[in-house]
Amino acid sequence: MNLTTRSERLTGRIFLIALVVVTLLPFLSMLSAALQPRGTVPTGLAWPTDPQWGNFVDAFTAANMGALLKSSALIVAGVVPVGVLIATMAGFGLGHLRVPGGHLAFGLLLLGLTLPFEAVVTPLYYQMRDLGLLNTRWAIVLPLIGLYMPFAVFWMRAHFINVPRELSEAARVDGSNTWQLFWRVHVPLARPAIASLTILLFLWTWNQFLLAIVLVDDATKRTMAGALGAFQGQWGTDLVLLCAGSLLILTPTLIVFLIFQRQFIKALLQGSVKG
Amino acid sequence: MTSALGSAPAGSDTTSRPGRGDPRSAARPHRKRWGRTVRWTGWVWVLPALIMYGIFVLRPLVLTVQYSLYHWNGIGAARWAGLDNYLTVFTDRDLLKIISNAFILIIFFSFIPVLLGLLVASLVRRITTGPAGTMVRTVLFLPQVIPLVAAGIAWSWVLSTNGLVNQALRAVGLDGVTRAWLGEFDTALPAVGVIGTWVMLGLCTILLITGMSKIDPSLYEAARIDGAGPVREFFAVTLPSLRQEIGICLTVTIIAALASFDIVYISTSGGPGIQTTVPGLEIYRLAFSQRQVGLASALAVVLMALVLVCVLPIQRLTRGEK
Repeated sequence: MNLTTRSERLTGRIFLIALVVVTLLPFLSMLSAALQPRGTVPTGLAWPTDPQWGNFVDAFTAANMGALLKSSALIVAGVVPVGVLIATMAGFGLGHLRVPGGHLAFGLLLLGLTLPFEAVVTPLYYQMRDLGLLNTRWAIVLPLIGLYMPFAVFWMRAHFINVPRELSEAARVDGSNTWQLFWRVHVPLARPAIASLTILLFLWTWNQFLLAIVLVDDATKRTMAGALGAFQGQWGTDLVLLCAGSLLILTPTLIVFLIFQRQFIKALLQGSVKG
Repeated sequence: MTSALGSAPAGSDTTSRPGRGDPRSAARPHRKRWGRTVRWTGWVWVLPALIMYGIFVLRPLVLTVQYSLYHWNGIGAARWAGLDNYLTVFTDRDLLKIISNAFILIIFFSFIPVLLGLLVASLVRRITTGPAGTMVRTVLFLPQVIPLVAAGIAWSWVLSTNGLVNQALRAVGLDGVTRAWLGEFDTALPAVGVIGTWVMLGLCTILLITGMSKIDPSLYEAARIDGAGPVREFFAVTLPSLRQEIGICLTVTIIAALASFDIVYISTSGGPGIQTTVPGLEIYRLAFSQRQVGLASALAVVLMALVLVCVLPIQRLTRGEK
C-alpha cells in the first residue's frame, strides 16, 4: 500500500515538474530570440552562440521605456491609493458601522462583481470625450477606480464584518469619534487585508489593456500592458526586438513580484477565493 | 479563506448591549442617541466609493442598455431600433459564431486547467514546504502576474512557423504536422485556447493543491481501509472536499474565457476570418471601427448576461453545502 502511494507521489512530482517547465518555456524561448543578432530569423529555442545583449538597449530606446515606466507609475499612483482608501472606508461603513440600508448599496455593488469591462467601455469612451479627458491618464485612472469598487468593497467589508464590535464600543467610551476610531483602531487591524488589496489593484492596473487602448491613443500615456500592445503594432515584424522589448516591459512586474512573492501569492489566492 | 457572502454578523447592535459597569450604564441614554446619528452619518463612509461606482460603472451600464436600443454611428443622430440589435445578435450567423467561439474557449480556459489541476493536486496532495515548494508556487504563478498581452506575444512566437512548437515537432520527425498554428483555419481557435490554458493552469493547480492540503488525511485512511482504490478515493473523498475550490476555479476561468480580449487581440486579432473572434473583440470592433454602437452595445448586454448565466449556478452549487 505504501508502495502505491510512493509511486503515485512520484508521478505527481513528475507532473508538477513538467508543469513548471511548460510554464517557463515561453519565457526562455523569448529570451533566446531576443539574444539573436538583429535581422536574423530566430528559431524556437536555440542557445545563441553570440548573445546580443545590446538588443535590450535598443529595445529600451525603441519602446521609450523611461516614459512608459513613468506613465504606468503615475496611473498606479492615481488609482491604487484612492481606490484602497475609499474601498476601506466603504467596507468599514458597510461591514462595521452597518449603515441603515447598507445591504442595498452592497447589492448594487455586487452587480458589478462579474461585469466584463467590455460591457461599459463604449459609453465610457463617450463619457470621457464629453469630459474632455480622452487621451489623458485620467481617462484610465477614474474609470478604473470605479470598476474596482465592487471587488474592493466586497473584500474590505469581508474583513470588517468579522471585527468584534466591542472594539469600537471600548474606543467610544474613551471619547474618540468615528474618524479617530477608523484611523487608530480599525486601519491598523485591517493592514493584512489592505496590503492584499493594494497588491491586487496594483497588478490589475499595471496590466490593464482594454481601457488603455480604447481611451488613450498615445502609448506613452498608457499602462505598461497598453504600451506593450502599441509596441507590438510597431515592431511586430522585427521579432528579435519585439521579444527583447516584451521581456523588458515584463521586468518591472517580475521584480515587484519576486520581492513580494509571498504576499502576491497570498493575495492572488485569497483574491480569487473571495472574487 | 471562505467566502464572506454568507458569513453571519459578528456582533449585534451596539445600542442593544447591556452595560457591564456603572459608568457605562450611566452613559447609555447619551450613547444611544449618539449611536443612532452615527449609523446614519455612516453613509459618509460609503459614499465616495458609491459615487465613483455610480459615475464610472452604473451610468455607463445604463447607457450601454440604452445604446443597445438605438441605431447609432457614434456621431450623428440616433434612430430608435427597439429590439432590432438583439435580433441581429441572435440571428446573424457571424455573431453567433463569435459567441460560440467564446464557449469553445471555456474548454481551454476552464475545463482543461481544472481537470489537469485536479489530476496533479490529487497526486501531489501538498507541495513540500521549503524552497522547492516556494519555487514551484512562484513559477506557476508567473502567468497570473504578467500582462495577458505579454502572454499573447510570447505564445504568438512559440506557435509561429519557426517557433518552439514546430521546432519540437521537427525534432521528433513530425515535419508534416508543422504549421502556423495561429494562422490556419482549423487550428487557430484551439491555439488561442492553449494560451488561455497556459495562463490558467498554474492558478487552478495551486488553488486545488491548497484545498487538498486541508483535507483530513484520516478520510483517505478510512477510504483505503474500506478498500477503495485511487479512482474511488478520488470520487469519494477528493472531489467532494474540493467542491468550493473547483467552484472558484471554474468561476474565475469561465469569466476569463467569455470576456477574453487581450490574448485574442494580440495573438490573432480575431483571424483568420472570424475564426478566433470573441465577443469582447467584436464589441470593440463594432463600436470603434464599424461605428455600429447600437449593435456593439446589444452584444455587450448579451455578453454580460451570458457571464451571469454561466457563473451564478456555479455559485449556488458550491455554496449549497457549506
